[in-house]
Amino acid sequence: MIELDRAGRTFKVKRTTVHAVRDLSFSVAPGEFVGYLGPNGAGKSTTIKMLCGILTPSSGRVRVAGLDPSRRRTTLARRIGVVFGQRTTLWWDLPLKDSFELIRLLYKVDHRTFAARLAELTETLDLGAFMRTPVRQLSLGQRMRGDLAAALLHAPDVLVLDEPTIGLDVVSKASIRAFLARLNAERGTTVLLTTHDLGDIERLCRRVMLIDHGRLAFDGTLEELMASAPGHATIEDVVTHLYTSASADGQ
Amino acid sequence: MVRTYALLAWTWTRAAAAYPASFALMVVLGCVTAALDIAVIMVVFANTTTLAGFSRDEVLFLYGTAGLAFTICDLLVSNLDRISQHIRAGTFDTFLIRPVGAWIQIATDRFVPTRLGRVALAATVLGYSLGALDLDWRRLWMVPVMVATGVVIFSALWTLAGALQFLLTDAPEVSSAFTYGTQQLTQYPFSVYSRDLVRGVTYVLPLAFVNWQPGLYVLGRDDPFGTPGFMRFLGPAAALVLALTAGLAWRRGIRRYRSTGS
Repeated sequence: MIELDRAGRTFKVKRTTVHAVRDLSFSVAPGEFVGYLGPNGAGKSTTIKMLCGILTPSSGRVRVAGLDPSRRRTTLARRIGVVFGQRTTLWWDLPLKDSFELIRLLYKVDHRTFAARLAELTETLDLGAFMRTPVRQLSLGQRMRGDLAAALLHAPDVLVLDEPTIGLDVVSKASIRAFLARLNAERGTTVLLTTHDLGDIERLCRRVMLIDHGRLAFDGTLEELMASAPGHATIEDVVTHLYTSASADGQ
Repeated sequence: MVRTYALLAWTWTRAAAAYPASFALMVVLGCVTAALDIAVIMVVFANTTTLAGFSRDEVLFLYGTAGLAFTICDLLVSNLDRISQHIRAGTFDTFLIRPVGAWIQIATDRFVPTRLGRVALAATVLGYSLGALDLDWRRLWMVPVMVATGVVIFSALWTLAGALQFLLTDAPEVSSAFTYGTQQLTQYPFSVYSRDLVRGVTYVLPLAFVNWQPGLYVLGRDDPFGTPGFMRFLGPAAALVLALTAGLAWRRGIRRYRSTGS
């Protein structure tokens, strides 16, 4: 479903070249739920943006649902859902309901399918109470649920989430986690999730990838991740150990 | 594409109407600006009857054709200006995850129908000049052709200016020189300008094909700069070349997009 082959992306910053991602290779099979971890500036967001076609890779090959994202961006958009925790993709001044209607028209979803899907998402994400509120007036938790619904109205095969639980309270976090787990289990939607909240990883991800300095530092199951650093009991300890040792290798 | 455009434009119109006071103010301001534009033309012609060998009504004809093309673009695609803000803020990301082209989304970004007033003004000036001038009716077919050519040329310039923003993220003013600057230039008969400038806007940026060259044909006049007669009909070809260049530049620009951190 997702395939990267020696993908790289460089940025020129004041005449020096920064490798945000270099020689990154991995693949994600349909139906997987993968956590994508890494310290700040490790290249997580750059990877995500290459997957949805926002950034064009400087080298290597990227394929999502069999398509080259940077060249077939608008075609891919119908098959992928993207959520940025830090930034809404909804229309700021429109009521949530109108944003969804606009998405229906842009993605060309027919009325009946749309009505059924919207009813389901409204119920599972509990959107009913603020459906007519302009997006700018929503709380962060409400907005995030709205963003999730917006990313799923066209029933994408792949869902890519960039820090979807950032800044949310424990109750909102729990409801979003429950929703994502159900989406993956019942619909078989492939999910790639970046987060700094290790609770998300423990609760949701069977597989974990860890990126540091633009390279893959770990790829395996959650159990293997825990076993990779003997003597560290909690996932926080393990990940701290991996971040610091990977950084030492990278220097 | 027309359907998507209309859909997005309508959405933004409704969003603008969500702030009724600001919407009303914009309508009023739009009318005031349009009235000031008329006043400027009146003042110029209260003091002169000819300008660089062209009569008042001929100048109004040139002003009206370029003005109509420009104001249509101002209404439909001028929001491409906003691209530099979106690039710097990283909000351009959102345009790239939708299944419709980024160009059409940014062209309709915060679309406001209040600019329609300026289109009406330009159309009125053109209509008046056509009535006042005693033109050869067999040449009038050129009028809609030149307005359409002008719309394509100005839209292409706006697209080029937008594409440039992917390189020069800190200089949105450079783009305004391209767009609003060129409009200023086409408001007067080119015979008021120097020969070198006119060469530049004929062979480099094809602005002479918006109203000057085809306008000479409609008015039945020779070019004071002595260009051959076939040049009067090259407008659509020049517009096509410029549009293709702008399309390529736009694509390259998007591939160079860097987004922002996080």
